[in-house]
Parts: sequence; C-alpha cells; structure tokens
Amino acid sequence: MLRKLIIGTALATSFAFSAHAADVKEVQMLHWWTSGGEAAALNVLKQDLAKEGYAWKDVPVAGGGGDAAMTALKAMVAAGNYPTASQMLGYTVLDYAAAGVMGDLTETAKKEGWDKSVPAALQKFSVYDGKWVAAPVNVHSVNWLWINKAVMDKIGGTEPKTFDDFVALLDKAKAAGVIPLALGGQNWQEATMFDSVVLSTGGPEFYKKAMNDLDDASLKSDTMKKSFDNLAKLVTYVDPNFSGRDWNLATAMVIKGDALVQVMGDWAKGEFHAAKKTPGTDFLCYRFPGTDGSVIYNSDMFGMFNVPDDRKAAQVALATATLSKSFQSAFNVVKGSVPARTDVPDTDFDACGKKGIADLKKANEGGTLFGSLAQGYGAPPAVANAYKDVVSKFVHGQIKTSDEAVTELVKAIDDAK
Amino acid sequence: MARRAVSDQPVLDEPMSTVAETQIKLTPEHDARRGPSVRSRLQDLLPKIVLAPSFAATIVFVYGFILWTIYLSFTNSKTFPSYAITGPRAYQRLWGWTFDTDPPSSWYTSITNMGIFGFLYIAICLMLGLFLAILLDQKIRGEGVLRPIYLYPMALSFIVTGVAWKWFLDPGLGLEQTLHQWGWTSFHFDWIKNKDFVIYTVVIAGVWQASGFIMAMFLAGLRGIDGEIMKAAQIDGASTFQLYRRIVIPLLRPVFLSAFIVLAHLAIKSYDLVVALTSGGPGGSAWLPSNFMYEFTFKRNEMAVGSASAVIMLMTITAIIVPYLYSELREKSR
Repeated sequence: MLRKLIIGTALATSFAFSAHAADVKEVQMLHWWTSGGEAAALNVLKQDLAKEGYAWKDVPVAGGGGDAAMTALKAMVAAGNYPTASQMLGYTVLDYAAAGVMGDLTETAKKEGWDKSVPAALQKFSVYDGKWVAAPVNVHSVNWLWINKAVMDKIGGTEPKTFDDFVALLDKAKAAGVIPLALGGQNWQEATMFDSVVLSTGGPEFYKKAMNDLDDASLKSDTMKKSFDNLAKLVTYVDPNFSGRDWNLATAMVIKGDALVQVMGDWAKGEFHAAKKTPGTDFLCYRFPGTDGSVIYNSDMFGMFNVPDDRKAAQVALATATLSKSFQSAFNVVKGSVPARTDVPDTDFDACGKKGIADLKKANEGGTLFGSLAQGYGAPPAVANAYKDVVSKFVHGQIKTSDEAVTELVKAIDDAK
Repeated sequence: MARRAVSDQPVLDEPMSTVAETQIKLTPEHDARRGPSVRSRLQDLLPKIVLAPSFAATIVFVYGFILWTIYLSFTNSKTFPSYAITGPRAYQRLWGWTFDTDPPSSWYTSITNMGIFGFLYIAICLMLGLFLAILLDQKIRGEGVLRPIYLYPMALSFIVTGVAWKWFLDPGLGLEQTLHQWGWTSFHFDWIKNKDFVIYTVVIAGVWQASGFIMAMFLAGLRGIDGEIMKAAQIDGASTFQLYRRIVIPLLRPVFLSAFIVLAHLAIKSYDLVVALTSGGPGGSAWLPSNFMYEFTFKRNEMAVGSASAVIMLMTITAIIVPYLYSELREKSR
C-alpha cells in the first residue's frame, strides 16, 4: 500500500514538472489592477497578446497602493521565480534593476523608437544604466480638481485661476450649505493634495527643487511655510468625518453632489465614468489653480525581469504590445490616464483626457513634468513615506504650526535620505 | 499490594481502590533478566519521534529566523537583505525616535500605543472573561446557549472584526448616526476619528473578540475545581465574595497563566486589527509596533530599521513573559 502511494505521488509530480518545461508562449503578469474598470483595461492587453498566440497567466494581488503586490513580488524574486513582467512604480524599478534581476529591452526600444516617443522624465525610471528595463503603460497626473457641475452652477462659480480664487469658490460652497472640499483623511491623499499646493504656491522651479531634488534650502524656506499655511486653509473646508475615508468615497461625495470639489489624480475620472457621468455635462476637470502648464505625474510601468531564454520572446511581445499606439489609446481611455507615448492620437479620449494629453506634451517639452512625491515618483519610498507622515500629522493636528511642520519635514527627509 | 511474578498479563484482580491509586498496566513489563525490550523502548521514543518534525521546523523557522532578523538589524538592508554588518545605526535611529514626543514620532506612537493597548486588552479580557465565566458557572438554565454566543466572536478574523467595528464606530455611519436618527442628537462618539482616542477603539474591538475565548478557558478551569473545597469553605462561613477571592481565583492561577500567554500573543499580532479598523488612525496615531515594522520593512524599504523594531518587540515580550513563566512553572514543580 505504501509502495503504491509513493509510486503514485512520484508519477503525479513528474507530470507537473514536465508540464512546466513545455510552456514558452506564456506571459506571467503580476499586478494590482483588480477593480472592475482596471481589470477591463488590462483585458485589452490580454486580448492583444492572445491574437499573437500568447497565453496570459494572471497574478493579481489586490490592494490599491500595490503594497501587497510588491511584497509578493519580493518573495517571488527572492525565490528566483521571476514573472515575465510586473506592474511597478518608479523607484521600485530602479531598486530591482540595481539588484540585477531585470531584463534588457534595449533592442526592442531601438526598433520601436521609444527614446523619442516616451517622455524624458519617465525614461529616468524605465532606463537603468543605459538599458531599458521597463515599459511605461500610462501617465497619471495628480494636480487636478474634480468639480460637480450642478453644484458649481448652483453657487455661480467659475474656474478658479489662482489659489485665492479657489478659496473664494470654497467659501461660496460653504455658504450654500454644500461640503466644499471632499477629502479622505489618509496620508497619501493628504500628501497628494499637498503636492499640488506646493506647486501652486511655489511654482515649477520650487517644486522641482524641494520635492524632487530635496534641496534643504527650499524645504526650509518661507515658501514651504506658506504652502503649509495654504494646506491648513484648505483643511478648514472639509467635513468633520473626513478622517480615514477612502478616496473613492470622497469622489462619490462629489458625484452625488454632497461636495463641490475633490483634489485628486485622474484615476478619479474612472469613478465618474463608472457612474455614467460625462465631462462638461455632469462634472468639470480643471488643473489645480496655479499649476496650469505643469504636470505632477506618476506612471504605472511594467518592469521586465531577467527571465530564462525560452521566455524572452513572450516578454518582447508583451513590451511591444504595451507600447503600441493602439493599446496605449484603448487602455488609457478606460483607465482615465494619459498614454505614455506622446505621439498617440487623442481621438478616442474624452474632453478631460484630451486636455491631459495636451498638458503632458506641453510639460514634457517645457521641462515642467515633475514626479509626484506623494505617489512615489519624486524621491525614494523612504523619503516619500516620511513626507506623507509629516503632511498627515499636520492635517490631523499632531503638528500644530506651519513652522513646526517645516522643521519636521526637513528633519524627516534628511533622516530618510 | 500482592506482586505477581514477571508476566505479560495486565494486573486486573487486585483489591478495589480509588482511581488515583490503581495502576492499569497495558505495556509489557520490563523483563528483569534481559533489560528493556525493543518494543518498550520504541514506545518511549514514539512521542519524541512524532514531535521531531514540528520541533525541527520550530527551531529553523522560528528561532533560526529570529537570529536572521537580529543579524539583519545590524546591517544596512534597504529593499533587499544585505549581509554586510554596518553597525547599530538602526537602533540609534529608533532610540532617537523614542524621545521624539512633540510631535510624536511613529516609533514613539507605536510603543506608547502598545503599552496602552496591551495593558487594557489583557486586563479587561481577563477580568471580563473571569466575570462572565463565574456568572455562567452558576448552573443557570441557558448556559448551553449563552456559552457559544459569547465564544462566537473568536471565530471571526481580526480583519472582519476590524471592518465591522469600523462601520459601527464611524460617526457618520454607525452608532452615533443611529442614535441621532432615533432622537438623541447630542450623543457624540467619534473616538475613531480622534487621534488621542483611536487606540481605545482598537481595545474595544479586540476585547469584544477575545473575551469569549478567555471566558471559555476560565469556565473550564472553574469546572475543574473540586466541589468539596467550595462546600467546605461555605460550611466554615465564607461569604461568596470571600469564597471567590480567597479560594477560587488562587486555584485558577494556571488558567490565568495560559490566558495571559494567549492574550499577550494576540496583542502582539494585532497588525490586521489596526489596519482594518483604523487604516493607521488619523495621522498614524493608531500604529502598533507591528504596523511600524511592516511599514518600514515593506513600504519604506528600510529593512534594517524594521528588523531592529522587531528585535525590540521580541525583547520587550521576553522581558515580560519569561519571568512570569519561570515563576509560575517553578512553583508548580515544588
């Protein structure tokens, strides 16, 4: 009996092994796009690859910020079990490239002309040591205002061009009995809003020096103190229950008309679409007042790992498909972001998407395309999270004055560098 | 007792005695001439053989990795482990953060929260569990129904407990909103949104979940107390309160020990409860050391600091549990 059991087990496991060895036309993708709209967007890629005869092995790990997915990825890579590609953000790509586990897509990049079509700021993250290691999928930007048009018309508001205009608009909303600003009191949301406030208060040069170069003088400056003052002003316009609220619930407040405006990245557009709202008719998208002409971005990238030779063809197919114009257009229309290539026609995009594409092109050419510190594209995660902590403590009252906030911010960033 | 000569038959025809004294021999006796037989030696060894795989796994995966973590805390590991020893910088940073009280650093928040949460969670669970067990032990009619009702929350994971209590304690959605709708409009209970009180909501949810289990442990302990002792005390004129305080509770000391160990390990493990219930709390004010460790190791790519914080957690727990264990088990062996 025992002998039969041993033989049976050996046979079963041997079949499992042989099944693996034969699999070459397969793409294994780790990601955290598990919500309805996001999964539908990824499905476009799946179908594109299926047309070329590649099977799609999905490795989804839910969790909006990607923390769980990145932990799973770390475990897989440490075990030597590389996926073909993984959804990754900025500095993670560079970290893994420094560890020597990424593949090399330079040939494909040359053939497809990525050097010219992908914005330079993105190339900082997808090219390591002269070699292409990741294929950018999209460009989200965070300095947007999302406004409920019905409420806006009711209070007689117009597009705010400066920060003071914005405060006046919020006052009008408060007087009309509507919650002026919908905010979710989680540290990344507060920090995402603060990114826009810093850019608006200090201008593009200041943002770059402070948030990307982490220049001490800029971080200690009065402009930074004024940014914190402005943030404090905005926080007076949120409802008392804002602490801990998820971002999509804040967007829902705007969609329903309970609140006037939300300061959020353009993934919020996906929520409006899911609620069947159209830009211009039901909602308005403006750049955060004072930031027109600049784009604070974050970008999802597919990091390509150093897979064994029999899987390299599948990886090249995946990379080519990801940066193909048709996929970039189809995917980003659904996702709400802007294509990672500047030469994709904007015919399929809605009004906000068209504005986003135009803004990206202008920012790329004008050098005003900056990485979002809150979203992990301005500086490495240690610094970014220290920054988010300080902003969140300021919003929730543990840090009481703007002066203290500036001191704490400098201390935290220096400590985390 | 009349001793039979060496034989393999079980000794059954001895004079009747109390259960505590009879020795029912089921194993073959030692053969006085040839030494212990192979079969008996194997049967002595059998428990050790069965436990050996778990023992080996514990040595490697628990103690081995504790040593690995201690090693990493002296390195400069960031995203990935690096094995070059660089010194105690991680500990120096943590030490500095321990005294950052205004505004409180994440580490300071974590350790003070652990103190508050740990103390309240263990104390309230023990008291509540004991109280409920004493009440249920009064030979009431519905005991069979009440006991599982109190025990059910333990079947829920921390995540479910956290999410359910989050909705219940949310001022806009749960208790406060409901009481407002019922007419009591001046009721306020927004602890979960308040940076100073959010840790107490974690205590509430945790206590709700674990007291039933502690109650079951104490109930079992109470049932194990010999009724004769209680009757003797009552005859001697002890009031109910004195009875419980002087006799029953001291007899429950082993149960206190087990309950304390269970609660202490649940309190240390409470990462998911904090995340599900408070998402870290306003401005990170509900963090526990486990949240701090996870955040620094996996989100901030500061593995050395995360490892150092884990080592400090371990040292704190050891400092509390080992003396307690030692004092309890030493007395038992007397």
